[in-house]
Amino acid sequence: MLNHNLKLNIELFNEDVEKISTRVGFGEGLVIAADQNKNVVGLCADLTESTYMHLFARKYPERFIQVGVAEQNLVTVASGMAKMGKIPFAASYAMFSPGRNWEQIRTTIAYNDVPVKIVGSHAGVSVGADGGTHQALEDIALMRVLPNMIVLSPCDAIEAKKATIAAAAINKPVYIRLARDKTPVMTTAETPFEIGRAQVFYAPPMTPQAGIVATGALLHKALVAAQNFAARGIAIKVLNISSVRPLDFEAIKSLAKEAGAIVSVEEHQVVGGLGSAVAEVLAQNCPVPMELIGAHDKFGQSGTPAELIEHYGMGVSHIEAAVERVIKRK
Amino acid sequence: MLQLTDEKIKWMEGKANEIRRSVIEMLVEAGSGHSAGALGMADIFTALYFFILKHDPTNPFWEERDRLILSNGHICPVYYATLAHSGYFPIAELKTLRKFGSHLQGHPHREYLPFLETSSGPLGLGLSQTVGMCLADRMDYGKYSPKQFYCLLSDAELQEGNVWEAAMLASKERLQNLTAIIDRNNIQIEGYTEDVMPLEPLEAKWRAFGWHTQIIDGHDFKRIVGAVGEAQAVADKPSVIIANTIPGKGVSFMERRYEWHGKAPNKEEGEKALEELRKNHA
Repeated sequence: MLNHNLKLNIELFNEDVEKISTRVGFGEGLVIAADQNKNVVGLCADLTESTYMHLFARKYPERFIQVGVAEQNLVTVASGMAKMGKIPFAASYAMFSPGRNWEQIRTTIAYNDVPVKIVGSHAGVSVGADGGTHQALEDIALMRVLPNMIVLSPCDAIEAKKATIAAAAINKPVYIRLARDKTPVMTTAETPFEIGRAQVFYAPPMTPQAGIVATGALLHKALVAAQNFAARGIAIKVLNISSVRPLDFEAIKSLAKEAGAIVSVEEHQVVGGLGSAVAEVLAQNCPVPMELIGAHDKFGQSGTPAELIEHYGMGVSHIEAAVERVIKRK
Repeated sequence: MLQLTDEKIKWMEGKANEIRRSVIEMLVEAGSGHSAGALGMADIFTALYFFILKHDPTNPFWEERDRLILSNGHICPVYYATLAHSGYFPIAELKTLRKFGSHLQGHPHREYLPFLETSSGPLGLGLSQTVGMCLADRMDYGKYSPKQFYCLLSDAELQEGNVWEAAMLASKERLQNLTAIIDRNNIQIEGYTEDVMPLEPLEAKWRAFGWHTQIIDGHDFKRIVGAVGEAQAVADKPSVIIANTIPGKGVSFMERRYEWHGKAPNKEEGEKALEELRKNHA
């Protein structure tokens, strides 16, 4: 059952659950962060409306810099602003930032350890019709290998809003991963959020037979899978990992010890993403069988988000099949 | 800026010579590093740190200091030597260049030397960071900020696209406090810039990007100081100073030879170089 201590959206299993894209949550969060701190500034590379930075840009035009289609400049200019005491949010599509400008981020932001917040929207195949060039499936891997970098991948719009406000408050470089598509709202304003902390969203009353760790909007499909298993009398526990780095080692270890088998779920290549990060923790601490849901060595393509999620093996049925496989391997 | 007297010029020539000697000593001790560019920029560094910049070595984090960003981090021997001779840290420490645990990393790293404005080495990233600093400062202080922002670049790093993205933004934002100084020494690792990847007509390119341009002899203190003065007087646009320099300046067997771009003198070559430099100064 859903963990009621977290005050999650009680309608999250309803057919007509409210759907909002995480980028909207970011846009609203940025305005709040900017209201709270005059040093919060925004930079964008010609995608102000699609990243929802326009909400900030309209309210604080004197604190907004439009750099044009120049993502290398986007993050290096942001780095310079951070060195003068600003808290810059630099927004674009994940494919271009951090996709195109990784070395600029490494050298001028992570290496200098300055508090630039890199906002990569349109991550994952759920970008849809634009096709594979625009569907970032490698960005978590790119960012989580960088020393000093914090990597946040919120599960819904409300969490994205909290992640944005938390990112502004921490004096570190942060990457925030967002998606284009409208996705189910799973949390509420009261749900706690903390950088470095994973949350048990679904906790069965008895010992779980497997644990699911999920990041981003696919968490909803993991919860649906857990609910379906519960109906069949199979207990599954689900962890929301919105803070991919720092990763909540204790929560992952304790889930592995309790459930004895883990399935990771992410809209990202299984190489280098959340699944890899979790596998690193388990291999070094408490190895248990693991199955990884995500893109398996493939680029995306055009289609509807629903078609693509199914095609690339990230749907509810795929998660259920992976859980069954992993339980057999125990 | 103060009045530049003949006496001060003579004094700076002597200081630049001392800095060049430190550069040679550091490189010999390190056994690797970049000689040509470091020697070529000694006069400009001297003019900046001993005459032009508003800074205070006893208070390196002074909020109102001018900001200097070294984009081509590989010439850091001259940067470190100038900082030491200005009083930022003991001259004896220069001998730790490129050694384990040193403040003086092979390419500048701000974590090891916190009063650096940035880390550098990978080329083409300094100008956009300077643009960002300038923009942030303007948000706080408006158009007439008391600070000046300088970015030092090599010529070959202009082959990086990121530089031109920064050039466009600086021009769009009319950053009048920004002065870029290009070390036009015509060499890069694999040869002469005009053979490897031609940059000319360089001044016309910057003008087309909306910058105020000047070309100077980068070894003439009067011209260096004069050009910076003119750059600061320009309203509503950023300025670039293309400084023609001689790579390896002051050491005859290094001058104008691209082979010395990324090479350090051995002990014997170092002795020879120091002797020449001492003679030049006498």
